Amino acid sequence: MITLIDYGVGNLNAFLNVYKRVDIPAKIARTASDLSDAEKIILPGVGHFDHAMRKLNASGMRDKLDELVLHKKVPVIGICVGMQMMANYSEEGDEEGLKWIDAGVKKFNESKIKYVTKLPHMGWNDVKPVKDLNLFRGLETDAIFYFLHSYYFECKNTDDIMAVSEYGVAFTSAAHHQNRYGIQFHPEKSHHYGEKLLYNFSQL
Amino acid sequence: MLRPRIIPSLLVQDNGLVKTFNFKNPKYVGDPINAVKIFNEKEVDELAVFDIDATSNGVEPNYSLIERLANQSRMPLCYGGGVKTVEQAQRIFSLGIEKIALSSAVLKTPELITSIAERVGSQSVIVVLDVKKKTFGGYEVYTHNGKKSTGINPIKFAEEAQKLGAGEIIINSIDQDGLMKGYDMNLIDKIRNAISLPLTVLGGAGSLEDIAKVIDRHGIIGVAAGSLFVFKGVYRAVLINYPTKEEKEKLYKN
Repeated sequence: MITLIDYGVGNLNAFLNVYKRVDIPAKIARTASDLSDAEKIILPGVGHFDHAMRKLNASGMRDKLDELVLHKKVPVIGICVGMQMMANYSEEGDEEGLKWIDAGVKKFNESKIKYVTKLPHMGWNDVKPVKDLNLFRGLETDAIFYFLHSYYFECKNTDDIMAVSEYGVAFTSAAHHQNRYGIQFHPEKSHHYGEKLLYNFSQL
Repeated sequence: MLRPRIIPSLLVQDNGLVKTFNFKNPKYVGDPINAVKIFNEKEVDELAVFDIDATSNGVEPNYSLIERLANQSRMPLCYGGGVKTVEQAQRIFSLGIEKIALSSAVLKTPELITSIAERVGSQSVIVVLDVKKKTFGGYEVYTHNGKKSTGINPIKFAEEAQKLGAGEIIINSIDQDGLMKGYDMNLIDKIRNAISLPLTVLGGAGSLEDIAKVIDRHGIIGVAAGSLFVFKGVYRAVLINYPTKEEKEKLYKN
């Protein structure tokens, strides 16, 4: 069973549709008690970092999530801004991050981007796994995913880098620390590549 | 490597899918939900849906249709039509739309770009400019399906939209719409030189070669088309189509 965190930010239906197609049960959690039986957690996120953090902090689920992720070691995956929220802080705002992975979120340096188009980093880009993990099983060589962001995740410990992509600089497009996974791109909008990754998460 | 985006652009009227010519004479081409399903199978880069009635008729966006489109879509979806307030934008966003296209409302009140961007993030705020050539040279932005002139210069407004926090500009040529004779390359050059935001161009594509021309010249760019992806052949039989992965790779490499 997959548990999707609904704190008023992000598109949960897209995830539910993917899991329906691959025949994996998934449910939505809106309160702390909805989380009591969580086996695998998806933390989606879009929009502004501060807005997302405030909404999560006000959702009544924050303490329970910290307990599940940090103490019970329940597998969790943060997606897009959901990944960025797992860091210590973001240059986009003033709110504190969840501090689930030792990392900061930084703005891309526009002067290093060689295209006429600078930001946001928008569109389909390669994702190269650098860790041999089951999350990327079957996606090791030619997978492309949809990105839409102007800030990127920078791990303090290079051991936590799971996959890299290139946009002006090589940046961490997926991170991993113990039971915690973060991906910058949108698997729910990345056709069969994304479907495969979300399926893999359900099988961890 | 980041890839150029090739984007089918769908027009909606009365819950049906239509295609126009120079923004006029909408022809019914099918059911929008069914079209989304077909584009899912074809693994398109992105999809744009514009409700051409909402602003003209002064009505609220059709939330139930938007929700059904978003639920069905396995690709990033851009919605435009009748969005005038931060609240409307946020509601559409919460239905699962990645990008919200704004036009007449931000032409009237440009600061709306900033207020919506603060709520949903700049990357999701798209400004669409419907552009017509002026009789004695230059271009002008129109609204209400090309019926209302605004006196606004699209190049200047694109620059302003960038400053105000837009995440992308879509430039739609009224003169080329539905003709399938190629994009207005001069217009694209002018806008491209004015902004560093992602740019998507729409209006005039009649073949994959037309798309290749834009990519050859501009590299990372969004290339959108309506007629090309819904019609087949000289008699314009309705047949939803989209280049395969291999065909797309060729377009990037020319």
